[in-house]
Amino acid sequence: MSTTTDDIATDIETLVNRRYKHGFITDIASDSLPPGLDESVIRAISQKKKEPEFMLEWRLKAYRHWLTMTEPEWAHVHYPKINYQGISYFSAPKSDEDRPKSLDEVDPKLLETYDKLGIPLHERARLAGVAVDAVFDSVSVATTFKEKLSEAGVIFCSFSDAVKNHPELVRKYLGTVVPYRDNFFATLNSAVFSDGSFVYVPKGVRCPMELSTYFRINAANTGQFERTLIIADEGSHVSYLEGCTAPMRDENQLHAAVVELVALEGAQIKYSTVQNWYPGDENGKGGIYNFVTKRGDCRGDNSKISWTQVETGSAITWKYPSCILRGENSVGEFYSVAVANNMQQADTGTKMIHIGRNTRSTIVSKGISAGRAQNAYRGLVRVMPQAANARNHTQCDSLLIGKTCGAHTFPYMEVRNPTARVEHEATTSKISADQLFYCRQRGISEEDAVNMIVNGFCKEVFRELPMEFAVEAQNLLNVSLEGAVG
Amino acid sequence: MIRWMDKSMLEIKDLKARIGGTEILTGLSLSVKPGEVHAIMGPNGSGKSTLALVIAGHEDYVVTGGSVRYMGQDLLELDPEERARIGVFLGFQYPVEIAGVNNAYLLKAALNAKRRTLGQPEVDAFEFLKLAREKMTLLDMDQALLNRGVNEGFSGGEKKRNEILQMAVLEPRLAILDETDSGLDIDALKAVAKGINSLRDPERAIVLVTHYQRLLDYVEPDFVHVLSGGRIVRSGDKSLAMQLEEKGYDWVREAANA
Repeated sequence: MSTTTDDIATDIETLVNRRYKHGFITDIASDSLPPGLDESVIRAISQKKKEPEFMLEWRLKAYRHWLTMTEPEWAHVHYPKINYQGISYFSAPKSDEDRPKSLDEVDPKLLETYDKLGIPLHERARLAGVAVDAVFDSVSVATTFKEKLSEAGVIFCSFSDAVKNHPELVRKYLGTVVPYRDNFFATLNSAVFSDGSFVYVPKGVRCPMELSTYFRINAANTGQFERTLIIADEGSHVSYLEGCTAPMRDENQLHAAVVELVALEGAQIKYSTVQNWYPGDENGKGGIYNFVTKRGDCRGDNSKISWTQVETGSAITWKYPSCILRGENSVGEFYSVAVANNMQQADTGTKMIHIGRNTRSTIVSKGISAGRAQNAYRGLVRVMPQAANARNHTQCDSLLIGKTCGAHTFPYMEVRNPTARVEHEATTSKISADQLFYCRQRGISEEDAVNMIVNGFCKEVFRELPMEFAVEAQNLLNVSLEGAVG
Repeated sequence: MIRWMDKSMLEIKDLKARIGGTEILTGLSLSVKPGEVHAIMGPNGSGKSTLALVIAGHEDYVVTGGSVRYMGQDLLELDPEERARIGVFLGFQYPVEIAGVNNAYLLKAALNAKRRTLGQPEVDAFEFLKLAREKMTLLDMDQALLNRGVNEGFSGGEKKRNEILQMAVLEPRLAILDETDSGLDIDALKAVAKGINSLRDPERAIVLVTHYQRLLDYVEPDFVHVLSGGRIVRSGDKSLAMQLEEKGYDWVREAANA
């Protein structure tokens, strides 16, 4: 995205130098609810968002169910108990008083990282959550994109807009992949979600561009309970990019997002994520807890869903982008690079549920651990009795840097059809002192040598990413692992 | 033109080095001039590889005495990568495998690191490939090896040839080749020797570390040194290697103790 960020920088420049012609002012402070959660809070959220009755009903069902649930503890992560009554569930953008006044008040390490990633100055302020007069506004950038998309008939908007303008689609698909009863965090999200993205690609349409949250109007401040729903109608194709390589700072420690993908007959969805939430300082203080439920449903025959993720941020990552391979001949893919450095903890992987005949899935997971981090791969491959000729290939590699980190692999396989073929390969390797000396003897610095080895380790995943994202992801990895050796 | 040309390129004086608690080099002195080929021979455990690794800057070895000067500067002060960039090359006895890192990519990075140090413009992928292919033809190397992981799944012979390829591309001033001949069949040995000979140059010094005399049949050294107990006990010309072959290392050991 290096070119696009530059473009955006120029756009910001133009915006800053221009009078604010849209005259868009909201009384932000009055939009927040006090901390705490009960039915009245849910009603208030729904009311503030002027939602139709069905949404409120759905939220309430989720909330009532959530009350009966307990927080899961099976993941290989540790964190202090979260006080759910201490969270404000409708936290509109923070008022300026709560934010850092200028970049001088921001963690210098974070700024250093922005520098290394080449983030433009205006962007840095926004990403670090600084109260700035000229808040980044993607309206003008997005408008051109919107025109092109609407020509193709693609709907790409905020979730709130979708609820308002396309309630029939939301009603038809919401919660059909991740039901409101699914799991503790997804259920909480269903009850209180603030906003998110919505995509609908009509029959036979190949989406004319990569869709990126970066260009979505109101992308900032979607809050900690984000919800995304992507529907690819029969024979359509869409590629969606989520996240940003720049480390994102947020006041909200708990992030419990939900992403639902629906691929109808012959449709293909490619969902790429670069997640780089603030991981906290070296001791893990102040980092984000990223507890996300992502699931794709290959509902139609010959459909395909592909997840690619590069996870470098967050203090704790807990996420398992999954595919339900319902349609015959449907294909699920999961390509993942998860980096954990310093005190970071990651428990991530995927689930491939084979239901239809001749369904195929591929899992390639690359876990990198450094510092005192713990990195776990957790994956489930389930072949149902009716899934004749199902195929899975799982490759799960761990790379350790240094002596104080850990890598863990928890593969689960449940095969209930004798014609299935399920393969699992796993490796663990270390960057050895011999390898580093060899590179150094050839004139390559230790840091460059580590980058080279790490990028070599990850390249199977990187090549699944859209080109400009791949280059950025590579840089990001280098920055994330800086100082990991020696 | 260059002042140190008349003097030694590499001047080692009374070098002492240890690994862990064991003293390996016990007062080694050696002087190498540009254009010369030196052979360092000696029995197992005499300190041959240690000498090579100390010159390259391996951090497991602690220098406890003496000095190593290279082109007039104190080599021991520099990091391994700095030494490499100013022209010190070590051909490894056991080249390490680096899975996933493209062989060509590593070599290009190495070449450009050196070029940056010398203030030369970096080579791009096309220039690099052209250069690498030329050198590979010279060494009778399978060009497919360029696109494999560094030494990944290479045969013993391929690894050693790859070391010589790196040397040919990086064009060091001082090349130390540690047991480059070990584990090679006769064809591979000839190919490697041909590569080394093609790199003999009035401005380049080559130090061959070897246990056996057979490489010296193909690469004729100007000087032969025999290492025993961590220091050079005897120096001579090529005939010394012949004598060693006939009489075995016990002969020098006895001579050293006498």
